[in-house]
Amino acid sequence: MTTTAETTTDILDVARAQVLERGEALTQAQIVEVLRTGDDRLADLLALAHEVRMKYQGPSVEVEGIVSLKTGGCPEDCHFCSQSGQFTSPVRSVWLNIPELVRAAKQTAATGASEFCIVAAVRGPDDKLMEQMREGVAAIRAAVDINVAASLGMLSQGQVDDLVDMGVHRYNHNLEAGRSFFPNVVTTHSWEERWETCEMVKESGMELCCGGLVGMGETIEQRAELAADLGRLEPHEVPLNFLNPRPGTPFGDLEPMETNDALRTIAAFRLALPRTILRYAGGRELTLGDLGTRDGLLGGINAVIVGNYLTTLGRDPKEDLALLDDLEMPIRALNETF
Amino acid sequence: MPLTRPDEDLPLPDEAGSAAYCGRCGDALAGGDHERCERLLALEPPRYCGQCRRRMKVQVAPGTWTATCVQHGTVEHSTWS
Repeated sequence: MTTTAETTTDILDVARAQVLERGEALTQAQIVEVLRTGDDRLADLLALAHEVRMKYQGPSVEVEGIVSLKTGGCPEDCHFCSQSGQFTSPVRSVWLNIPELVRAAKQTAATGASEFCIVAAVRGPDDKLMEQMREGVAAIRAAVDINVAASLGMLSQGQVDDLVDMGVHRYNHNLEAGRSFFPNVVTTHSWEERWETCEMVKESGMELCCGGLVGMGETIEQRAELAADLGRLEPHEVPLNFLNPRPGTPFGDLEPMETNDALRTIAAFRLALPRTILRYAGGRELTLGDLGTRDGLLGGINAVIVGNYLTTLGRDPKEDLALLDDLEMPIRALNETF
Repeated sequence: MPLTRPDEDLPLPDEAGSAAYCGRCGDALAGGDHERCERLLALEPPRYCGQCRRRMKVQVAPGTWTATCVQHGTVEHSTWS
């Protein structure tokens, strides 16, 4: 740490004054500094990120369940994804029917979750998928008291309008990676195309859920770039995924991220996004385990996906709910705002 | 969902003790080291039928997974206690 009589250059001191006290997000260069802090500062970093979360978001935790309406056979080549039809992944194409979709929503609501996200592995929805969505969202809203979200890839303005009309309240479309690293992750569409869909969603009145993955071989600077990109986009929610290397994908042989790197990333994203819901998404079980999951909830995370993911399995919700209870973090009620 | 078995004489895709193939990598269990696969199968459903190594159609839901082999039928597992 370097200090003078008037200023401090220690990044945690800077972050305390700038983010916690004044509510101003870290800049990209400052996020890099945070990501470069050593393990000896990790506890202090997590504590600061937790203070920021508590001040600007409060103690409650938003709980969500997700389900894949259309699995596999995707024409895109997102290198982390086992659902791409371009790789030799063992995941086969399958569709969920409406009764099973409603059943999944009921399962999710039974945990106390306020969010249920319907996901499809597509470049963007075609007419068949939009019709399935219309039927499915109506069936869920008739049977289950839960907010319905969707993640269907890139949208046209007409499809955005249709989803609003169906009553979809939040739309997920991740940037996946910082702009400079994105071409190493996806070649079948551009980062800018993703950004355009995100902008349309924001303007539609739906809430935007937009995050990405870390641990894909990006540099610290590129990881900070993603956080800063998200800060500029100002989504309602940022889901943070940790790469779970899937067999048959181009990233299938990468090692999972180190736990301390993952925790540092959580805290850095919180300091970059002080007023945004920051959600644990895929890969946390592999990367963080039980202890790391707890540390992340005390280091900036204020939302979780409960139960299984799209093609992989999650923790038993009872474990997550017991942890939240132990941490005295109440589940965010339906229609409660942070 | 009830388990389905196209042929009553055939074991289900993941029937314990009778599997010949690894549900994660699809390789033969005999003579191979599948300790890592076993560990990872705690975090992912099987993709290959244990009886015939066909790729299965697998649907994951928040509290369950269902795997279907065209030859050996469908199994459903609850992942919530």
